[in-house]
Parts: sequence; C-alpha cells; structure tokens
Amino acid sequence: MAERPEDLNLPNALLIQVEFVFQLPDGVNISKEARSAISRAASVFVLYATSCANNFAMKGKRKTLNAGDVLSAMEEMEFQRFVAPLKESLEVYRREQKGKKEARKDKDKKADSEEQDKSREEDNDDDDERMEEEEQNDEEEVDN
Amino acid sequence: AEMAAARLSGSENRLVSLPLSRIRVIMKSSPEVSSINQDALFLTAKATELFVQYLATYSYKHGRGKEKNALTYTDLSHTAEECETFQFLADILPKKILASKYLKMLEKEKQDGEVREDEDEEEEDEAVG
Repeated sequence: MAERPEDLNLPNALLIQVEFVFQLPDGVNISKEARSAISRAASVFVLYATSCANNFAMKGKRKTLNAGDVLSAMEEMEFQRFVAPLKESLEVYRREQKGKKEARKDKDKKADSEEQDKSREEDNDDDDERMEEEEQNDEEEVDN
Repeated sequence: AEMAAARLSGSENRLVSLPLSRIRVIMKSSPEVSSINQDALFLTAKATELFVQYLATYSYKHGRGKEKNALTYTDLSHTAEECETFQFLADILPKKILASKYLKMLEKEKQDGEVREDEDEEEEDEAVG
C-alpha cells in the first residue's frame, strides 16, 4: 500500500483540552474525533505558518524569525483577518513583557544591594544601565 | 482589544491560551528554521488560537452533519475540502468512506498497476511541499 499523507504522525500535536478556546456557541459538543482532528490541524497550521514566515526572513537575509515575518505569513496564507487582532495582542504582550522586565530588575537590584551592602542611588541614575540591558534582552531568544 | 481585555477565571486569564513551549517545539521541528524571536513565537501561538477558533466556528456553521448541537469530524472534513482557505488541511482531514468502498478502491488501484502509484506519490509530494 502506498504511503498516505494522512498517515503522517504529526509530532507534538497540540492537544487542545480547554473548551473555551474553540469559541463555539454554548451547549455545542465537540466529538472526540473532531477535537483530535483540530489538534492535528493546529499543528499543521503552525508548520505551514513557520515555513511561510521563514521564507520572508530568508528574503530579508535574516536568520531569526521576527514578528513581521509571521504577520506577512498570515497575509500570504490568506488569513488577513488575523492581522489586526494579532497586532493588538502583540502590543499588549510587549507591554506585559516590559513590565515583567522592570519588576525583575527591581528585584535584582534589591538583592544586589542587600548582598553587597553598598549604598545605591535612586532609579534615575540607573536609566543608562537599563537602556543597555533592554537592547541586549530584545535580541536574545527566550526559552519558556 | 476584546481579546486582550478578556478576564476569565484561573488559567483562562492569559493573553494566549495555547502553550508557547509546545508551539516552539513544533516550529523548531522545521529543519530550515534557525531561531525564533520571542514576539514571533507569541504571534504564532496567538495566530494558531485564532485559526482554531475560525476552523471550529466555520465548520460548525457550514456543517451538513446530522447533529445540530455538535461539531463532528465530518464537518471539519467538509470545510477542508470545500473552503479554499482551509484546503491545506485536506490531506490530514480526509473524507471518511465505508470500508466496502475503500476495499473496492484498493482493488482498482491494484489493477491499475505500478505507474498509477508513482503518479500518486508525485501528487502527494506537491501537496505536502
């Protein structure tokens, strides 16, 4: 028997357990088979989107996929409807990340001054340091 | 803005519901991808969530299945076949057929011989690529 594409065992299928993700009207059931199929479809979507986004990155002679590449991929894949909500979410996400960074830095600063027992000046003078660190952090690929 | 502002209880109180770590693993399984910046990872996860919602609600609306208060595999399969946007899913959401029909198909394939199988393989490569 010839190898069929549907036999492909997709690695790490996204098992979507939570109902609300689907956003179906109240009371609608999703069969087990449908749920499994959607999980596989989601994985295929990720692969397709990644491949597409990567093409844009390569066109731009970059090795790192960035936000623009993903948005371009959505347009290419005919999911333009996603672009506006994605941009909005991205803004919120970036603000959140920035907030976390600030919180972490404040925590580190506290720990440092306690350990080293040096008297430190208030935040103002640390602005230069903070800007430098932010630039470095933006480039790094953070693991979850 | 609606999505960003949504405040649900417990684990639902997140900007994106799908796990970034898992999305990252899938992305990295592509050999040609070197690295992924954090924003791109977030966007891909969020896009996947939007995609799942779109696929589910579209299939439910257009489903011609017998059950009215359920989303079935058949609904999804229909969508993949009939909606151009979702055509890239056609191979992984094939139509279900009766076993008897399938056996008949196999018989026919056997009769048509080697050449036809090669042609099928070429088609498959194009579809996957």
